[in-house]
Amino acid sequence: MRAANALAKALVEEGVEVIFGLPGGAILEVYDALYDAGVAHITVRHEQAAVHAADGYARATGRVGVAMATSGPGATNTVTGIATAYMDSSPIVVFTGQVSTNLIGNDAFQEADITGITMPITKHNYLVTDPKKLLSVVKEAFYIASTGRPGPVLVDLPKNVTAADIEYNYPKKVVLEGYKPSYEGHIKQIEKAAELIMKSERPIILAGGGVKWSNASEELLKLAELIPAFVVTTLLGKGAIPEAHPLCLGFIGMHGSKYANYAVQESDLVIAIGCRFSDRSTGKVSEFAPNAKIIHIDIDPAEIGKNVRVDVPIVGDAKRVLSKLISYIKYKRRKEWEDKINELRRKYPLRYKKDGFKPQYVVEKVCEIYPDAIITTEVGQNQMWAAQYFKVKYPRQFITSGGLGTMGFGFPAAIGAQVAYPNKTVIDIAGDGSFFMNIQEIATCVYYSLPVRVFILNNGFLGMVRQWQQLFYRERYSATCIGCREHSFEKIAQGFGAVGMTVEKPSEVEDVLRELKDIDDPVIVDFKVDQHANVLPMVPPGKALHEVIDEEVE
Amino acid sequence: MKYTIAALVENKPGVLARVASLFRRRGFNIDSLSVGRTEREDLSRMTIVVEGDEKVVEQVTKQLNKLIDVIKVSDVTKNAVERELCLVKVNVQPEKRGEIIELANIFRARIVDVSRDSFIIEITGDEEKIEAFIDLMRQYGIKELARTGKVAMARGSKK
Ligand SMILES: Cc1ncc(C[n+]2csc(CCOP(=O)(O)OP(=O)(O)O)c2C)c(N)n1
Ligand SMILES: [Mg+2]
Repeated sequence: MRAANALAKALVEEGVEVIFGLPGGAILEVYDALYDAGVAHITVRHEQAAVHAADGYARATGRVGVAMATSGPGATNTVTGIATAYMDSSPIVVFTGQVSTNLIGNDAFQEADITGITMPITKHNYLVTDPKKLLSVVKEAFYIASTGRPGPVLVDLPKNVTAADIEYNYPKKVVLEGYKPSYEGHIKQIEKAAELIMKSERPIILAGGGVKWSNASEELLKLAELIPAFVVTTLLGKGAIPEAHPLCLGFIGMHGSKYANYAVQESDLVIAIGCRFSDRSTGKVSEFAPNAKIIHIDIDPAEIGKNVRVDVPIVGDAKRVLSKLISYIKYKRRKEWEDKINELRRKYPLRYKKDGFKPQYVVEKVCEIYPDAIITTEVGQNQMWAAQYFKVKYPRQFITSGGLGTMGFGFPAAIGAQVAYPNKTVIDIAGDGSFFMNIQEIATCVYYSLPVRVFILNNGFLGMVRQWQQLFYRERYSATCIGCREHSFEKIAQGFGAVGMTVEKPSEVEDVLRELKDIDDPVIVDFKVDQHANVLPMVPPGKALHEVIDEEVE
Repeated sequence: MKYTIAALVENKPGVLARVASLFRRRGFNIDSLSVGRTEREDLSRMTIVVEGDEKVVEQVTKQLNKLIDVIKVSDVTKNAVERELCLVKVNVQPEKRGEIIELANIFRARIVDVSRDSFIIEITGDEEKIEAFIDLMRQYGIKELARTGKVAMARGSKK
């Protein structure tokens, strides 16, 4: 069988439903095989979007997302997408075409050393030079991407390899001597953790994205209620526990609520689960939770002790570790701590000035009218307002580029989520700057009738950068104004064949949002919000979580 | 401080690049690195000497372990046999000939090439011995120097 056909068959065997990609010369054999292989293919308009879409698909479903591109420029266009998935531990497999093996190294037409380029941003990658190894590589790629700490794997396919004739024998099992994630967690360590928890008077749980990848939300909730402990999350952990739950304090970090950040600072025990203590979450790391002991549960041993000192490390899968940990815990009410937190909540609620047309208001209304929608975000102020004011109900509902902070991620990620869940409402809460970065994908939505909603919080600025210039660079707004009235997102959308709308006043927001429920087409709404709104509260970079900037609201 | 790390890795193209890329990306400082075959045909062994503190070495070890092509990583800084091989091409003036031969003998080094005005001397041993020998050769004028970097193996029967 032609190797390309064997690959297509293997993808079916792996349960791949859809590939996001864009063809070219070096990957033609594979596309030829895909023509009637029974795997759907979404042709994007830029390969970066293919990878973000595969990533969005993975984050929305927990299954491996698949992207495909040709050699050279096709492959290099995938780089930002791969780095985005890598930073947020998202399981994707990216197939790239490559020039034939006899040409590799000769600077052949459309040759790029994509395995070399992506070495530091993949969990693993392969250049397949022997057609006989193709199938075992594919098997390994899916296995590595989806197990342990998930992450992107790239498989580079020289054209002659995909054209070769091979026997189809897809391996049933993977044996990798150098890859054996530990899942169970050391029981002695779990006992030590339980001891610390029982002794603690002011415990707090910090849940990261790992809780979602491990499907450990149920166990997390049980643990939180059993101790009982308040729960804060990282940005990627949003939704690990329903945010309306009385124990949930929302996300911490640079733009977390004051009460969540203060709660961490005042705790005497942090139970960190599936998170990596990024600087955006911890603030000044030497002053993070200064009076607390730290239990760190993570599947990646390299994360433990990397950024913060840890008292009880537990290497293992969150779900399995938590279900064991629960059996050691007895309920113990901590009235003082409860009162303290409730006071912090009362004293320092999230709030904003309600004059003018505030972006926060749009997000609040989106949350009210579409509480079950899958939300993706772009990057910048829009992302932070979405995180602050959209109260997430379930684990895979909120999809955002946390680690890399990739503008242009949200829209293609929404496409991926929409493909995974055709009947759900999928909304990209966007910034004007970010939306421009993958605006061409409106065409993809229209072509495949994907009813993605893009809500642009249009402030005419690279707003988050403008905010930093205002706060830290003496209001010298260098290169951050990108215009607001000069172009029309409404007409751009219409030009692509999508529905475009413009909303100028807060009083129109609700009606427009409700009106959209009856529209089956992709929709782009341009909310012309206040140009100078800031994301607050804010922990300035390098400051501790309690050193917060805020504004007077009254 | 210097730490010596032994890594058993797949004998495949690109593995050295992965290890080197990891060190560069994470800002770890390689003092020396040597690679060679092992008792198993499909595996190579790398001996890496890194400069840093305990925290750095812990991260190096953990990050190396994360590479799929790396099978096993051990810190062999303590309680290990360490050897390095070094070739020194040294100037030889006729009246110094005997002196140099004598010094080589004391260090159990071998003269492996002789020309009218130079020797190539081969010496193996731990770092200290090699440094001491090189130091002594300086007075005659070292023309060229090549060191393999360290290889190391933990003592005892444990693998
Ligand atoms: C690809 C990329 N380039 C640059 C940045 C730096 N950056 C971070 S936020 C931001 C502004 C984003 O503007 P916009 O999408 O309009 O969002 P706003 O902050 O205005 O809501 C920029 C340029 C980035 N995160 N990603
Ligand atoms: Mg903007």
